[in-house]
Amino acid sequence: MLARIGFPQPWLSLLLFITWQLLSDGISGGSVVLGLILAWAIPRITYGFWPEPPGFVNAWRMPVYLAIVLWDIVLASFSVAKLILSPRKPRPAFICYPLQLEHPLAISILASTISLTPGTVSADVSDDQKLLLIHALDAEDNQAVIDSIHNRYEKPLMEMFK
Amino acid sequence: MSEVTEYIIAGLLLLGGAFSLIGALGLARLPDFFTRLHGPTKATTLGVGAIMLSSVIYFSNSGEGLGVAEILITVFLFLTAPVSANMLAKAAMHIGVSPMDGTRGNPWDQ
Amino acid sequence: MITIALYATIAMVVLAALLNMFRLLKGPDAPDRVLALDTLYINAIALIILVGITLGTRMYLESALLIAVMGFVGTVAMAKYLKRGSVIE
Repeated sequence: MLARIGFPQPWLSLLLFITWQLLSDGISGGSVVLGLILAWAIPRITYGFWPEPPGFVNAWRMPVYLAIVLWDIVLASFSVAKLILSPRKPRPAFICYPLQLEHPLAISILASTISLTPGTVSADVSDDQKLLLIHALDAEDNQAVIDSIHNRYEKPLMEMFK
Repeated sequence: MSEVTEYIIAGLLLLGGAFSLIGALGLARLPDFFTRLHGPTKATTLGVGAIMLSSVIYFSNSGEGLGVAEILITVFLFLTAPVSANMLAKAAMHIGVSPMDGTRGNPWDQ
Repeated sequence: MITIALYATIAMVVLAALLNMFRLLKGPDAPDRVLALDTLYINAIALIILVGITLGTRMYLESALLIAVMGFVGTVAMAKYLKRGSVIE
């Protein structure tokens, strides 16, 4: 029904509408109209760029995941700060992480999470989307880094995107 | 404004400033590009987040309502920081910036 | 209390911006400079917020929002230019 009147991605449209209301000072008639126009037009214009919609089965797990990530960002900043302030040299490493997620959106969420959390920045995804190249700032053991990412972030994401 | 809120705001401000400084220190001091990438993506982003949070608390206590713009900026920064870090890492690997001695593993370029 | 913390924080952020300038001038590679610019605009946002709190006004938040959006687009454009040699293909 929603697709027929021109909202191919209702969630994206809703997000755009809410964001526009927050951006404009207070909700008024004008901002509602313009918000509706934007919520209608932007998904149409960007339609070709989106990968096919994911099977989002467990959307309610998202807030829990976000809370974990937010907490880890705080911890990550403290650990990076400690390393920057200490005089010893870091032990950086490039690590190939074997991906088990398949959907592009899930992979990009995982890559962003890795970039924001302790000691790791995701650098690249291989063309066949099977490997993620990670740069770790201070890693003793490659396997330990891979295991902790798998257990902490990839498993919840795998349950979300089936 | 009660004394406790003042302490919270001041603490958040100082925390944010300290993290911004540490991020910049990492940028200036770490040995190669790939290690430098870590400072700004984590420390600086959290620093700005803490400063925004103190601004939200400050203005909502001085009777100007909840600050929506601050929250939007913070969310936007947290969404974009990993993306720009990722794109810069890709660009650096493409150009062939060499990692520091003692880095395990190799960057790839495809 | 808040005033002292504000001035201390402004000093720290300015120092951070100076350190970024140092990396911006020193390089050695183009990605380093882009990264320094990226950090610099984030520090500019922090400074704008701090000035806003000092002056007790929220007017400057709009400009902070604009800098956040434009800075991100700029960083992505420059990273893309470094990787491909052109921004729009």
